[in-house]
Amino acid sequence: MTTTGKVTGIVSNLVTVQTDGPVSENELCHIRLDGTDLLAEVIKVNADKAQVQVFESTRGLHPGDKVEFLGKMLEASLGPGLLSSVYDGLQNDLSSMEGVFLRRGEYTDPLDHEKLWDFRPIAKPGDTVKASDWLGEVTEGWLPHKIMVPFSFNGEYTVRSVSPEGSYRIDDTIAVLNDAEGNEVKVTMVQKWPVKVAVKGYREKPRPSRIMETGVRVIDSFDPIAEGGTGFIPGPFGCGKTVLQHAIAKQGEADVIVMAACGERANEVVEIFTEFPELIDPHTGRKLMERTTIICNTSNMPVAAREASVYTAMTICEYYRAMGLRCLLLADSTSRWAQALREMSNRMEELPGADAFPVDLSAIISNFYARAGMVVLPNGKTGAVTFIGTVSPAGGNLKEPVTESTKKAARCFYALEQNRADQKRYPAVNPIDSYSKYLEYPEIVEYLDEKIEPGWVEKINKAKNFVRKGKEMAEQINILGDDGVPMSYHEAYWKSELIDFAFLQQDAFDAIDCLCPMERQKYMLNLILDICDRSFKFEDFEKCREFFKNIINLMRQMNYSEFNSDNFNRYRDEISKTIEQNGN
Amino acid sequence: MATKAYQRVYTQLQAITKATVSLNASGVGNDELAVVNGKLSQVVKAKGDMITLQVFSGTEGIPTDAEVTFLGNPPTLKVSEALSGRFFDAYGKPIDGGPEVDGEERQIGGPSVNPYKRRQPSELIPTGIAGIDLNNTLVSGQKIPFFADPDQPYNKVMADVALRADVDKIILGGMGLTNDDYLFFRHEFEAAGALDKIVSFVNTTENPPVERLLIPDMALAAAEYFAVDKNEKVLVLLTDMTLYADALSIVSNRMDQIPSKDSMPGSLYSDLAKIYEKAVQLPSGGSITIIAVTTLNDGDITHAIPDNTGYITEGQLFLRADADSGKVIVDPFRSLSRLKQLVQGKKTREDHSQVMNAGVRLYADAQNAKTKLENGFDLSDYDLRCLDYAKEYATRLLSIDVNIRIDEMLDTAWELFGKYFSPAETGIKQAMIDKYWRGN
Repeated sequence: MTTTGKVTGIVSNLVTVQTDGPVSENELCHIRLDGTDLLAEVIKVNADKAQVQVFESTRGLHPGDKVEFLGKMLEASLGPGLLSSVYDGLQNDLSSMEGVFLRRGEYTDPLDHEKLWDFRPIAKPGDTVKASDWLGEVTEGWLPHKIMVPFSFNGEYTVRSVSPEGSYRIDDTIAVLNDAEGNEVKVTMVQKWPVKVAVKGYREKPRPSRIMETGVRVIDSFDPIAEGGTGFIPGPFGCGKTVLQHAIAKQGEADVIVMAACGERANEVVEIFTEFPELIDPHTGRKLMERTTIICNTSNMPVAAREASVYTAMTICEYYRAMGLRCLLLADSTSRWAQALREMSNRMEELPGADAFPVDLSAIISNFYARAGMVVLPNGKTGAVTFIGTVSPAGGNLKEPVTESTKKAARCFYALEQNRADQKRYPAVNPIDSYSKYLEYPEIVEYLDEKIEPGWVEKINKAKNFVRKGKEMAEQINILGDDGVPMSYHEAYWKSELIDFAFLQQDAFDAIDCLCPMERQKYMLNLILDICDRSFKFEDFEKCREFFKNIINLMRQMNYSEFNSDNFNRYRDEISKTIEQNGN
Repeated sequence: MATKAYQRVYTQLQAITKATVSLNASGVGNDELAVVNGKLSQVVKAKGDMITLQVFSGTEGIPTDAEVTFLGNPPTLKVSEALSGRFFDAYGKPIDGGPEVDGEERQIGGPSVNPYKRRQPSELIPTGIAGIDLNNTLVSGQKIPFFADPDQPYNKVMADVALRADVDKIILGGMGLTNDDYLFFRHEFEAAGALDKIVSFVNTTENPPVERLLIPDMALAAAEYFAVDKNEKVLVLLTDMTLYADALSIVSNRMDQIPSKDSMPGSLYSDLAKIYEKAVQLPSGGSITIIAVTTLNDGDITHAIPDNTGYITEGQLFLRADADSGKVIVDPFRSLSRLKQLVQGKKTREDHSQVMNAGVRLYADAQNAKTKLENGFDLSDYDLRCLDYAKEYATRLLSIDVNIRIDEMLDTAWELFGKYFSPAETGIKQAMIDKYWRGN
């Protein structure tokens, strides 16, 4: 018998329910209101009173309204057809909803149950299989989408039969398995998994050993993120967080991209599904949308579903990872999720932690980041979930609970700086404060030696040093005045400006400059370091400024030109000429 | 609002605070309206049979045996074409002496637009003010506030923008407007002969602060009627959102909620987002654009109200007095329109974004030169040129009293570049330099 109950208290979207039977933490329930069912989740139980967060507006709800518990947690439906979909935080398909406005209690199926998929078997009768082993595959977009033994299956199974090659709907049985007791179990192409539970079923989770290219110079060269790595981008509003995230989504070297728009602006999501169907994935030449799933809970959508949205997104990534694919999860912004937790905690009248956030905020964040990673699957293949979250620190102050908690969990830190943004130095990533822990991994250093050039990491450190030194010099010049410092100060300062303007800054809205492949990054950095390594003799600091401004201008023109095109080479030759003329 | 027959009347209040009353009642829905001793109020909390009501006009004079009746529905607004040209209070009652508006009764604060059904904003809203059109171009369907200290002429600028913008309807939501400002808006709208396309919902400082909480939802319910039902381009003006947020904090405080930063409620972000996210470009061609005012305390944008606003809105426009030019300017550093690239170079001339960036970058160099000057250092020739440029740039382009077409703004910028700089110093793409450079 299912547990039922009735509403006894309402504060905004927190509802107290008097129950008549057992309920479990995170169990879902339906609250019946004027013929519609409002979905809600148990977040706290006290004797026979359950407190539930409602994923919808509670307007018009009465004390005494009926509640039915569903005996399951919030689940994601996993199967072919997830890619290029636009879901809300609860995985309702937003594109199949009618009307301009979202209607309360309207739930739509995330997957198309009528579409036919061309299935090819992988497993054979007699094979012994476990959860997440591959039984067959279909082609989704251009990706091989493996049909797996559902993650929820425990223990070993024997394959009794696998359907032959042919067209099937996702609900058709494609394999029959026998469990240890000999019971027959049917497997279809769709399975369900509770989003708040990490998908396991891999053999091991080694340290990441490759870099995920983003085409953004300040990330790839200065502080690269590993495939299966974690990173976060904190920054005050107006510093270009979203532009940077979209650039990574467009250019990231991954098979599958899941974007979780968590409590952010609706127009930003619109931008994604207006532009992505037109844009081409630079790595495969296919439409970007074909590899992208969007989970959107915009800031005006129900707060409780915000938390669900990041978990739903992560579960979809883990699903594709189990197929041996490389996934990139972008969540914008995890601060909104934390705020949703704060709102609920506040309504439950829990004792608050710092800034009124719940005290377990740090644990929740690090648990979530821990679900990313590279894994070795049972069949020896690898898959990865790379996770980059943005953080919107209150008042732009990085000493606030969400930033601090995230800093403990994420391995890459891309600090967006108000000052750089004010000067339109985009991307406004501070090259000194930002870091990538992966540059300390010997396996990553070795990988970069091989992939880019021997000694690459040393080169990067050298470039960072030039920037650091230039910053110190700038302070000296500001204190002592242009005439009050030796010429070498000016030179050092302008060398750092050269690195900043010609390498760190990048025009995300320019068709060519927006994406800088590793080969090109290597070329440009070598060209710049070659200039930085020289020492010049300038008559006065005006000449020094003029010389470097000239070089900077030429290099920017190079950045705007096709790599190795005539124009590109012409500007490079002009740079060589300018250096010669300066006769050092 | 008239009470219906056969309604149950409650006469025993259990608790009274300055903004709320509590009583035992049954069959009451969340968000439902009630009348407490003739004062309109709304259900904000239910605990068993104990219902807490927020009394919009304050609880002064409410006795423990006050008569309470529930109206059975959340706040509504009657919508029809007859709203045009009218002034209303926070409850949607006329304050201009005219008759009540008849029309379809709609709940305010209704559901959100399905993000999938939105269209990407793509229509330019020219204002004639170069600090906006050139550097921070506005787009229909955008939401953007003015961040300004109380002494800035933000209401004047907002009225200018509204009257110059090419829109079908202008909806004013005034929260805590002084009576003088209310009369100012009325006069501006009348003088421009635009009264018939304007609808106003006004709460002045003479009205109780909690009433303000209804204003944005009222204004946006009217906006949705015109944008969704009539496919019109609607511009909504909300001033001053800081006073709205203050009212939120009063209510949450009276309900014993734990405050977060700056004693604002923990839900401030969601509360503000619910309002601002009503800005939309609809597939049918209708749109809602929101221009708001968030007053600052001494320019402090780290305060919770402007901070949360900045994360929600698509940019912000900063006003500041510029000593060099003696004008109030739209600050090019702190201002931002996030949607500008959707129209710059697409609905405007191709050189727009390059000119904008160069203009601001050179203005930044001028600020550095100014710092040097203040610190008593010698200025280089470049510094001096930057300073001259900055003064002219502020006077001819950034000042809020500029009113010219966008092409003229671009031409003016090229003229200044040519007058003070070499092409290389501007850092503009060569192709643009070849086409537009003026001077040597």
